[in-house]
Amino acid sequence: MRHPILDHACSLTLLLAAGLPLGLPPMTAGAARAEEPAPVKIGFVTFLTGPAAAPFGIPDHYAAELLVDQLNAGQVPVPYNRVGLGGAKIEAKFIDEAGSAADVVTQFRNLVERDRVDVVVGYVSSGNCLAIAPVAEELKELTVLDICGTTRIFEEKPRHYVFRVNPHATMDNVAAAKYVLDKYKDISIYSGINQNYAWGQDSWRDFRLAMKDLDPKATVDKELFPKLFAGEYGAEISTLLTSNAQFIHSSFYDGDLEAFMYQAAARGLPQRIPFVLTAGETSLYRLGPKLPDGAIIGARGPHSFFAHDSTLNTWFQKVYVDRFHDQPVYPSYDFAQSLFGLKAAWEKAQAKKGGSRPTTEEVIAAFEGISFPTSSTTVQMTLGNGHQGITDIAYGTYKFDKAANKPTVVDIVRYPAECVNPPANVDSIAWLEGGMKGAKCD
Amino acid sequence: MGVAVVLTAFAIVTDGLVYAAYLFLVAVGLTLIFGVMKILNVTHGSFYAFGAYGAAIAVGVYFDRGLPAAGGFLLMVLVAMAIGLVLGLILERGLLRLVYGKDEVVVVLVTYAAFLILEDVIQLIWGANSYALYQPLGVVGNVDVGPLVLSGYDIGLVAFAGLLAVAASFALKHTRWGRLLTVVIFDRELAAAFGINVSLVYTITFVIGAMLGALGGATMAPKIAVTLGIGVEVIVLAFAVVAIGGMGSVEGAFLGALIVGECRAAAVHLAPQIELFVIYAVMALVLVLRPQGLFTRAQPRKI
Repeated sequence: MRHPILDHACSLTLLLAAGLPLGLPPMTAGAARAEEPAPVKIGFVTFLTGPAAAPFGIPDHYAAELLVDQLNAGQVPVPYNRVGLGGAKIEAKFIDEAGSAADVVTQFRNLVERDRVDVVVGYVSSGNCLAIAPVAEELKELTVLDICGTTRIFEEKPRHYVFRVNPHATMDNVAAAKYVLDKYKDISIYSGINQNYAWGQDSWRDFRLAMKDLDPKATVDKELFPKLFAGEYGAEISTLLTSNAQFIHSSFYDGDLEAFMYQAAARGLPQRIPFVLTAGETSLYRLGPKLPDGAIIGARGPHSFFAHDSTLNTWFQKVYVDRFHDQPVYPSYDFAQSLFGLKAAWEKAQAKKGGSRPTTEEVIAAFEGISFPTSSTTVQMTLGNGHQGITDIAYGTYKFDKAANKPTVVDIVRYPAECVNPPANVDSIAWLEGGMKGAKCD
Repeated sequence: MGVAVVLTAFAIVTDGLVYAAYLFLVAVGLTLIFGVMKILNVTHGSFYAFGAYGAAIAVGVYFDRGLPAAGGFLLMVLVAMAIGLVLGLILERGLLRLVYGKDEVVVVLVTYAAFLILEDVIQLIWGANSYALYQPLGVVGNVDVGPLVLSGYDIGLVAFAGLLAVAASFALKHTRWGRLLTVVIFDRELAAAFGINVSLVYTITFVIGAMLGALGGATMAPKIAVTLGIGVEVIVLAFAVVAIGGMGSVEGAFLGALIVGECRAAAVHLAPQIELFVIYAVMALVLVLRPQGLFTRAQPRKI
């Protein structure tokens, strides 16, 4: 065994031997490191604890860890193959979204004022997104809202510093209505069960309005709004079992969707009346064969089962499964979409500036109205003065593959972005109430 | 038309019973601990959550091995009792013992703090993922009543809750331990003066209450996704039921659960908009008419 001192002596000799003949100063290595651009500090916010952690926070957080590492290593396929953002590595700071809206705002202020992050990416809850947007404007902080779906962010007020790459919730229900009517030609009566808060109420309203536009003769039988985390759904299931509905609409997700489905499947409800689950994709791997075949499944965009074939998607699937031994679900894809949007805008601004680091205002100018590819599809920032993205969306029918022991989605139908989203400068409710004028569905 | 009305009425009664069984299972331990120790125990939600996690893991593994179903249900009860024993002892001996005799508000805050700590302990042990214990529902099967399908597991749950109510009531009134407990409930100082080991009674009551809480979680585990935060919902509901029935009364918890369950089921079937409102409206109404709840013991006059 050689003594460590000998190793040091050897390397010193080698260094001198290599350095001296070329006349290089001994500090070469250090100088090269100093030239590396300063990192871009990004605050990532999602649910790391609480009931929304399992369905949203964890897959969201996994995608964030994965992409930051891969981008910093320059391992992502084109067009995102540059290291970090425009060559500057990403320095990530992860924050928990759990807590009251006031807590979430305080944490946001801390990120901006104490940690001095350059950009904040995140937020799952629509309530939190609505609370953060005005604060981001006040602090002049570039903020990319991630998974929240409320249409109000850009419809109630124009924003300058706030962007949302992922589409808002209107298209989920417009496309769901279109898919149901394509699949079951003759619909005259349907029911709905949605959670009793903004997400459930808005989803049901949008779905009803879309149904009214597309099939005016269809009527509503039962409208149920159990409270969030209700846990016990016996009475709701009996009500739906005795209803005449031809299908049941639900925007349930997470533990509520799973609890409801265990109880409903045990009593034969989904076997008797098919479900339309607009956010069902997050729970498919956990529900597996417990969810009977035939349920109509959405993923709030063309994510996971619905993602378009591309190098970016194949790569994303592979690195995600390799690292976490778990399938990426739509919150993972949503996060990837958000970060790719930021990177596309950042690098566009940097290119315009001749390769030097862009300021926040320059990134904003580049971000507005940009169009870029993601691991799911292509995003166009057309709504909210170029601050809100739209994409196409797809729906399909659930089928559990017994041989491979995994969930699949068949009969996938895609709907173009302009077909299921309002045109620029039109509010989503006004658009739905006005009969979806200007929709381009060819 | 007549058939439909009968069917709806039948559905309301059965749905109400199932919900009442759930409410009673989560409320009975809370009311017992309050009755004896005068502690509004917020950690009851943790007992529920631990019971649910414990059952989801242990019983899930049991069923995956393809072992006989009856043993799975026995294991569910045993796991809940073991969890209740360990958690109950740790909390009572390690924490609550130190705050006996302090102001009631202080004690509630202490149990609330313990509840928050235990939420994090759950995350430390089981992570943020959700767990499912779906096998028991499938094993038991269904009963068809016209177009209505009743879950066999739910029927079992109603029977189990009913048995538990009868057993608890019988044990309190007709066994030696139950009578000692009743004495302590009535007057702690007098009980101590007559030579009852109040401190031991407290420990045992708390452990039994913890076991009942965990049992509530274990029996509900097959119906829910066992995930973070399930204990929070339970405390609120259990508290509403206990307040209606009368703090500390097992019969009260039984009747309170039945009233809330039936009212809620009727609301879901007939006027779903007011479902959420109904539970608390019933609570408000009862408290206006009987501020101490439906069942309250006569208070001894102290000089």
